[in-house]
Amino acid sequence: MSLEAPVVDKKRFESDQQVRWCPGCGDYAILSSMLKVFAEMGVDREKVAVVSGIGCAARFPYYVNTYGFHTIHGRAPAIATGLKVSRPDLHVWVVGGDGDILSIGGNHFLHALRRNVTLKILCFDNRIYGLTKGQTSPTSEVGKMTKTTPMGSLDRPVNPISLALAAEATFVARTADTWGNHFREVMLRAAAHEGSAFVQILQNCVVFNEDSWESVVGREQREENALFLEHGQPLRFGRNKEKGIRLKGSEPEVVTVGEGGVTEADLAVHDEKDEALAYLLSRLDLPRFPMPVGIFHRIEGLVPLETGVARQREEAIKKKGKGDVMKLIQSGDLWTVKG
Amino acid sequence: MTIKQLEHLDRVVIRFAGDSGDGMQLTGTQFTNTAALLGNDLATFPDFPAEIRAPQGTLPGVSGYQVHFSSDEIYTPGDAPDVLIAMNAAALKVHLRDLPKNGILILDTDEFSKRNLKMAGYETSPVEDGSLAGYRLFAVPLTSRTETALAAFDSLNPKEKRRCKNFYALGMCYWLFSRSMDNTIKFLKAKFTKEPTYADANITAMKAGYAYCEASEEFQVRYEVPPAPSRPGTYRNISGNEALAIGLVAAASRGGIPLFYGSYPITPASDILQYLAGYKNHDVTTFQAEDEIAAVGAAIGASFGGAIGITGSSGPGIALKGEAIGLAVMVELPLVVVNVQRAGPSTGMPTKTEQADLLQAVVGRNGECPVVVLAASTPANCFEMAYESVRIATKYMVPVVLLSDGYLANGAEPWRLPENAGKLPEIRIGFHTDPKDFKPYKRDETTLARPWVKPGTPGLEHRIGGIEKQDGTGNISYDPANHQKMVSLRQEKVQRVVADVPDLKVFGPDRGKVLVIGWGSTFGAIHSAVRLAQADGLKVAQVHLHHLNPFPANLGDILARYDKVLCPEMNMGQLKLLLRARYLVDVQGLNKVEGQPFRVREVLTRIQEMTR
Repeated sequence: MSLEAPVVDKKRFESDQQVRWCPGCGDYAILSSMLKVFAEMGVDREKVAVVSGIGCAARFPYYVNTYGFHTIHGRAPAIATGLKVSRPDLHVWVVGGDGDILSIGGNHFLHALRRNVTLKILCFDNRIYGLTKGQTSPTSEVGKMTKTTPMGSLDRPVNPISLALAAEATFVARTADTWGNHFREVMLRAAAHEGSAFVQILQNCVVFNEDSWESVVGREQREENALFLEHGQPLRFGRNKEKGIRLKGSEPEVVTVGEGGVTEADLAVHDEKDEALAYLLSRLDLPRFPMPVGIFHRIEGLVPLETGVARQREEAIKKKGKGDVMKLIQSGDLWTVKG
Repeated sequence: MTIKQLEHLDRVVIRFAGDSGDGMQLTGTQFTNTAALLGNDLATFPDFPAEIRAPQGTLPGVSGYQVHFSSDEIYTPGDAPDVLIAMNAAALKVHLRDLPKNGILILDTDEFSKRNLKMAGYETSPVEDGSLAGYRLFAVPLTSRTETALAAFDSLNPKEKRRCKNFYALGMCYWLFSRSMDNTIKFLKAKFTKEPTYADANITAMKAGYAYCEASEEFQVRYEVPPAPSRPGTYRNISGNEALAIGLVAAASRGGIPLFYGSYPITPASDILQYLAGYKNHDVTTFQAEDEIAAVGAAIGASFGGAIGITGSSGPGIALKGEAIGLAVMVELPLVVVNVQRAGPSTGMPTKTEQADLLQAVVGRNGECPVVVLAASTPANCFEMAYESVRIATKYMVPVVLLSDGYLANGAEPWRLPENAGKLPEIRIGFHTDPKDFKPYKRDETTLARPWVKPGTPGLEHRIGGIEKQDGTGNISYDPANHQKMVSLRQEKVQRVVADVPDLKVFGPDRGKVLVIGWGSTFGAIHSAVRLAQADGLKVAQVHLHHLNPFPANLGDILARYDKVLCPEMNMGQLKLLLRARYLVDVQGLNKVEGQPFRVREVLTRIQEMTR
């Protein structure tokens, strides 16, 4: 797959605000790609709303010329849920970092996903707290030395993909900040998804956690260490796609095609609808395995929350008639006192 | 049959008390509805445990329901019962202390077994040891009589039969107070359309209770409480929570905008969510959120989208919403936050009433974070104040905190209905759509409200957020002078709501010895006490606040016209603190935090002391 994106006019979605991330921050690449994705979605600017929490990533709405709401720490999925449910006509995107979405906002993240409300939740995951200047995050590795963990972090990190799957998400994907075309394809499919979509974006914090994802994202490393998932295709990776993932029962193993009698037919085939496979893939990580990227899981046809809510309102009107306030006031047993 | 004597009474207080599984709330509500249909004025006070079913027969499991019905105007559920129905020994133990000597006491003697007595903490049976000699005691084996009455109901097991005993007791009360059983018969038939046997069994039990009193030698006197002369109009009986829910719907409908209610279940506010969930045909969306923060957050998101976002909770939940309320203040979106207060702090006593969240409402957030604070005074008044909350929130683009409490929420009174929806105050909502010279924080000159713009409006794309904003553009600003200006503007905006706050009307002499000032649900007790004091010739007046931020414009003048100011509150003196700070008046507190409303007597005694 090409990682280069086609050229589109992103100016339409650019705001007049000065972008204030650190020079070299992965957020610039994400912003640039997202402006193109918005343009390519073919929607009017005013129909898009970007809701964010708190953190470096959460500054995002200011830089996009759509409706935007920079809210409070962790609560963006909740606020966006209220917005989407009352305004199903809007395209609502949620932006936050790993701390915002997975730590302080973990509860809202979980419930937004299981409700299948049509939000695109983007987690800019750099495995560190950036805006507060370098503390351990919920995705930081065990042993990570940070300002708050000078002897190494003791907490096991959360796996955002596994967590999203466990939360009944109907669209779960992973991409990286600098992967123009991969990013674009994942986002366009997320944008088209009816229901909640979660995308983990491997993002580079140049100041506090530089090259944290380099072994997967880097130009030199990604062919060896990233497993690009494609629906209906065997799980292959490596410089010449010579390697693959074979399942021995539910046990994955790395094999080389052509060695020891292994053929492509022996490899597991990706199926976005297969929840168990998605979970298994979410557990694969370096160094034993390549890290899968792309769309882990996508199921269609489930009624999103906002549609269900609207239907119930219509059904109530069909059953009881359009609400008449006086009828409501006068419900119950009445008595009249004559003048 | 003996000839029974009929006595007229002006007012009666009945308390139904039993195990929380005995159906006392239902029994009380049925008696209340019948009294309402008969035209009595009334007020009720349900008092139930937090436990859904505490162990049967224990003291914590006792559930009570008090109804005060009358042939003249009343304002409280009554200080003490005239009649106590105790369905078991524990109920007697808990409630007897409130029954005055010579009060009527009806007991279910079947529930005074050795085991029952022990659980209630009685060493000897009060039915037999003479300790109840001072009361008009009717000791009736209610449970076994109910079972006998239902002997023909072969399809019901003995347990199901016994469960009808509350209706047997209700039948007795209907006889005792000369009420018709028709309304309750109608209710039971409607409630059990799918299980007509249950309807028949309860009706049979009720009729048996009625017939028992009619036939028994024990009951020589029955009473009659004639209807109260009310203002002409159409009435219904209503609880505070239901009135509040309807008021929100009426206001949103009048404003022509959708209503979004985000809430997390919490006692005693959950009913509001439940009522609103039934009003979906009124363009109402209810959202049971994952937590209190999500509930207010979703409401704010809905307001951003052009609905009126409302959230409701009780004190602990409001504490969790604090940061989000601050966000609504900062982004200047309308929001209504309902706090049905309960006894705190922390979990406190969830089913007991208190009004100790006033300061939380007025100042309980980080930063300079003013909101409008309103409070309802009676169950029916919850309708008006809910309506007013939406009106002010949308007119001024501010969050409004509406304070109710457990006593109002579950208490009920007759509500004189508005004649038509068109007579309710106007709510005019104009969404801004003109891109010419648009700025997200360009203010209305009179109200200082910023424009309300619905996302989806072309050419008005803009960003809002919790970071300090530059006035006008709404861009992020750390400019010192701008912050000073914005803090002052947000304060001034709330202050300007005073233009929508009616002047206080004094009840009683224009000036004099004592002014009694209150807010919220203490209205009834204070009003009754002030009337009694005035009838005794004391120069006492009353004002009652429905607007706590900002205060009514004439409050300062009124406070200055009396020698002494008394402020009864179900807290340790929170309004007192605000009044002293704002008006430099030496307000005296009368403070009660027992989880129980004031008794009229308590307020009256204090007034008498202060006028001496």
